[in-house]
Parts: sequence; C-alpha cells; structure tokens
Amino acid sequence: MSILPQLIFLLVFAVAGYILYKRVSYLRRNIFLGQKEDRNDQKDQRWKTMLLVALGQKKMFKRLGPAFLHLLIYVAFIIINLEVLEFIIDGFSGQHRIFAPFLGTVYTVAMNMFEFLAIAVLVSCVAFLIRRNVMRVKRLSMTELKGWPALDANLILIIEIVLMFAILTMNATDQILAERGVEKYIALQGLFFSGLIQPIFQGMSDGTLVFIERFAWWFHIVGILAFAVYVTYSKHLHIFLAFPNTWYSNLKPKGEMKNMEEVTNEVNMMLGIQTEASSEPPAEIARFGAKDVNDLSWVNIMNAYSCTECGRCTAECPANITGKKLSPRKIMMDVRDRAEEVGKSLDAGGPGLEDGKSLLGDYTTKEEINACTSCNACVEACPVNIDPLSIILQMRRYVAMEESGSPAQWNAMFQNMETSFSPWKFAPTDRFNWADHLKNEEAK
Amino acid sequence: MSTYKIPTMAEMASSGENPEILFWVGCAGSFDDRYKAVTQAFVKILNKVGVSFAVLGPEEACTGDPARRAGNEFLFQMQAVANIQVMNGYNVKKVVTACPHCFNTIKNEYPALGGNYEVIHHSQFLQQLINEGKVALQGGGEFKGKKITFHDSCFLGRANDVYEAPRDVIKALDVELVEMKRCKTKGLCCGAGGAQMFKEPENGKKDINIERTEEALSTGASAIAVGCPFCLTMMTDGVKNKEREHDVKVYDLAEMIAKDMGI
Repeated sequence: MSILPQLIFLLVFAVAGYILYKRVSYLRRNIFLGQKEDRNDQKDQRWKTMLLVALGQKKMFKRLGPAFLHLLIYVAFIIINLEVLEFIIDGFSGQHRIFAPFLGTVYTVAMNMFEFLAIAVLVSCVAFLIRRNVMRVKRLSMTELKGWPALDANLILIIEIVLMFAILTMNATDQILAERGVEKYIALQGLFFSGLIQPIFQGMSDGTLVFIERFAWWFHIVGILAFAVYVTYSKHLHIFLAFPNTWYSNLKPKGEMKNMEEVTNEVNMMLGIQTEASSEPPAEIARFGAKDVNDLSWVNIMNAYSCTECGRCTAECPANITGKKLSPRKIMMDVRDRAEEVGKSLDAGGPGLEDGKSLLGDYTTKEEINACTSCNACVEACPVNIDPLSIILQMRRYVAMEESGSPAQWNAMFQNMETSFSPWKFAPTDRFNWADHLKNEEAK
Repeated sequence: MSTYKIPTMAEMASSGENPEILFWVGCAGSFDDRYKAVTQAFVKILNKVGVSFAVLGPEEACTGDPARRAGNEFLFQMQAVANIQVMNGYNVKKVVTACPHCFNTIKNEYPALGGNYEVIHHSQFLQQLINEGKVALQGGGEFKGKKITFHDSCFLGRANDVYEAPRDVIKALDVELVEMKRCKTKGLCCGAGGAQMFKEPENGKKDINIERTEEALSTGASAIAVGCPFCLTMMTDGVKNKEREHDVKVYDLAEMIAKDMGI
C-alpha cells in the first residue's frame, strides 16, 4: 500500500497550518494596533455573556427567521467538525472510516445525523442566497456592501453548499462500493440522504466510483482547510471572533461614556483641586479622541474584525432609517478596512499609519459621525455585542478637541455652556425663576 | 394660605437640615417653557406627598451631557467637577431627576469624577410612590380608559434598562397602554439624543421625530407619554407637523400623575 496519500495529506495539513499561523499573527498584530484597555474584570459575568450571546446565540433570536436558518448552519458547523476529526485521523493513518468498526450502529446513526445537518446547511444557504440576491433584503443589499463584501457573502454560502455536496457524494459512492464488497469500504446500516442520490452513481464502474469517492473526500478536507484560510480574509471571521468579542463585551450601562483621565487631571488643576494625580506633571498625551485606528481601543478593532456585516445595527439606526449617511455597519467596516490597509502596508515595509491617510476623513466622514443620536440601537441590535457608538463618540472627541471642527451650532452650544452653564443662552441667575409663581400658589 | 414649598439646598443647609432627596431640575426643566410645567407638576407631587426634598436653584449647572456627546470632554468635565463639588459640599446622598440625560450622566459618569450618589429617574420615583400607596390616584381623571402610548427615551431604556417603571406609572392611571411596534429595547429614538437637540439634523430623507411621531399616531393613541424633556419637544413638534395637536397630546409622566391627583 502506498503511503503517498498520507504524505500528501501531511503536506497539505502542514501548509494550511503554516498559513493559518501567519494569518492569525497578522490579525492579532492589527488588533493590537489599538490602545490598551483592560477588560479582565467580572470574569463570571464575561463567561456567562459569552455562553449566552456567542454559544447560545441569544441576540440572534431578535429576528426569528434568519436566526433559525443561522442556527442550523451553526449547529451543523460544530457537529460536522466531529466528522472532520475522523477525516483527519484517516488522512494521517491511511485508514478509512476508522471509527466505524468501534462504534457500530452508533456510527451509522451519527452519519445519518451529519447527513441531515448537511441537508439543513444546504437549505439554509440556498435560503440565504435568495434573501441576498433575489428578495434583496434591504440591510443585505445596501450600497456599503457593493463589490467585495457582497461577493464575500455569496462566496461563503456557495463554498458551504459545495462542501456539503462533497460529503453527500462521498457517502453515496462509498456505500455503493461497500455493497459491492470493494476492499476497505465498510457497509453501514443505511444512510438516508446520500441514499437518495445513489441512483446517479449506480451504473458506474468500481474504478470510477473509487475515483469519485476519493475525489470527494479530498475535496472536502482540502476544501475545509482552504475555507479556514479564506475565513481569515473574510467577514466570516465572526465564527471564531464572536467568542472573544462577547467575552470582552462592555459590561457597564450602555449610556456610560468612558472617562478621559488625562482630561480629568487638567480640569482638576484648572479648578485648583488637589489630587494625587494632578500634582504629577501631565503625561504626554498623544491625541485626544480618535483620528485613526491606533487611537481606538484594541477592543474596537477586534469588534471590527468580528463584524459579519449582517446590518442589524444599520437597520435599527434612526439616522440611517431616515436617510442620513450614517450606517453603524459601515463604521465597523471602515475600521477594519483601515486596519487592513495599515497592516498590509506594515508587512510590505511601507509607512503603515504614516501613509498620510486616516480613518476619519479617508474612510469615515464627519457628516456620518455628526448624524449619530447616541441612542444605542446599534449596540443593542448587534448579535455579537459590537459597539459602533464607542467609535463614533471617540471620533467626535477628536473633531471637537483637536480640530475645534464641530458643527457651528455645537460650538455655539459649547459657548453657552461655558458662559451660562446651560446649553441654551439663558442667564444663570434665572435658573430658579420657574419656581417664582409656584411659591405664591396655594398648595392643593 | 399654605403655598408650595421649594427649598434650596443652601436654605436647608443654613437651617441645619439635610433633605432626603435632591431634585435635580436640569436645564430644560429650568428654562424650557414647556418643560417648566413638568418641573412644577413634579414639585407639586413632592409637596402633596410630603417628601423631604430640595433643589439647587441657581447653584445648579448643566450636567455636561450634550458637551460630552458632542465630543467636548474638557467642557463636560468642567461642568461635572463643578457640580460634584456643589453636591458633595451639601452631602447629597440621593438624586431624583426628570431628565434621562441628567439621570444617565449623574448616575453613570459622575462616579469616575468623585460624585457617588443614588440616582433615580422620576418615573422610578413615581412608581415607588404609587406602589407605597403614597400617591392617591383618582383613577377617574381625564385619562381613564383612554388609549395612551409610551415613547421610550433611549437614555432611560437602552442606556440604563429602565423599561417597566414608566409603564407601571401609566398603567396606574387606569388607561389602555398601547405599545408601538418599536418599543422597549427596540424603541426608536426621538432624534434629539447625542446633542442632536442643539443642531439641525444632517441631510436625509426625513426627520427622525416625524418617523417616530407617525409610528406613535398609528397606534391610535389620544396621548403620547414621555419621560424626557428632549423627547417631549421632539414629539410635540412631530404632532404639530402632522397637524394633530388638536386631538393628540404629548405629556410627561409627572404631568399625568399630577393631573390625576387634581393638583
């Protein structure tokens, strides 16, 4: 027996592993272009959030139809990977269906379950293709998805369909060969779904069937490895990043904005308040707010890589609903695309962040961030707890504090607040006038 | 004649008293003609129930919320630190406010700057008064049996997960509470949050308050209840824009309770 297939398998596996290692290192470096932020508190709550939101898909179920189809693909992904484990052991050992003799009937039941899930994935992916390309569901066909994002989405669905066909073809031919008593092939006690397509192959010779069966086997395993590499270039990264992304969720009330400590020191000094921190010389502050990806927190950039562009945020955004340019999904895509641009430049020995471009200006415009009502609808809607609002507000800080470039009416509001301690221009001494009339009214 | 008592913290302090709660009025509650009526209604309720309270009066300043959300962190912190100094000076323990923006800022953002208080929104305070039987509702007032819808304020709802308190207050009035399709966690903003109140909206197809008002009107409600000064302005403008001000009113929760109490 030739060990050539085993050697080829080993080589394919090693190459895929190496590429994946390089890709993961690249993504990690890009994410850590962001500022440090410590989110390691409340570990119990973090595990719970991850289990409920990522593993349990709790927030997906705000929209039942897509949630159900997505759940089928998700369950299939996890369970069919058990079969991939057998593929890998078979591939390394040169065996065929190594678990079958040990598990007996259980093996047949498991295979039938995998086949059922394969069909479920097929149906769901076709339904998703129809939603995107025929029904053209609004959030899945908006302008920010033109080009690569739309192609990426369709490619993922088509790859999954093809991989599922490979499994079914493999099982169908495998069982015909087993029935014919061809060496190595193990007869199971009936596979329902692949049995349905067996008639296509019945008339073929043993040699042709072995070729098709082997081809489908290799296609499936190499396909999965190739897909794993593809995922690292794709919005589909959410299948892995959803887990850390939810673990590092913001656990504070959604309305709370992060305090800028560097500003607090200055304010305390101005108001003559003695604190331990303010007696220190002020630390060198790189920049107030965020102009580029490296001004954001690493969590913001991880959020961007976790985004699968489902657009539930944008579909709930009051600004977007009423025709403003702001789309929270596009904010996330902008952050990722800029991090990618910087990362690729760095890897090519280029200028990286110093390329004369920036997130704000070259990707996201002021008009977009100025349209936000900070209503948290996008944050609430995200099935994996991405926080576009945090990024928008950090960019506003840059505009207001570094550029004094806020809209004129906001600058007027700032001025009112500085002089009258109210966003409106009223005399501070009139603040209590509302009570004048009441103080003289008879209490009922 | 006994008149309404509205003591300031300064007056209380000079007579050696420390009230149970500070009623944080807010800028809209102090200066906005329409929202002043809400402030007055709430003060009447506090008087009627006999709650020990005081206001800061001229010593109050904007919490800084719109400055912070518009990006001016420096201005926000100047406002916040000054307010905290005043409140800590009076040894304030508990704050009640009718403004969800003030509520969110004082509750969630002042602690990082040294201001630690128990902060509740007036909807929660009214809910407690009703539950404790301290507010005697007539139940036969002008709202009885009427269809009323509640518009969630983002800074009360999603920002702080307060959804039931305002609804409990409305239900106590023996009305038919009708929900809009987008309510609670899915509630649509009125369009004024994030400092939008203080500027014209960006270019678009429609104003957000019109979108929201259309949804509120489609419930067939005869009144839209709100718990936020900005929402009150936006929804009132929306109803006027739709030329429905003759048959659809926009009220704050405190006004509805005060009306029902006959004060």
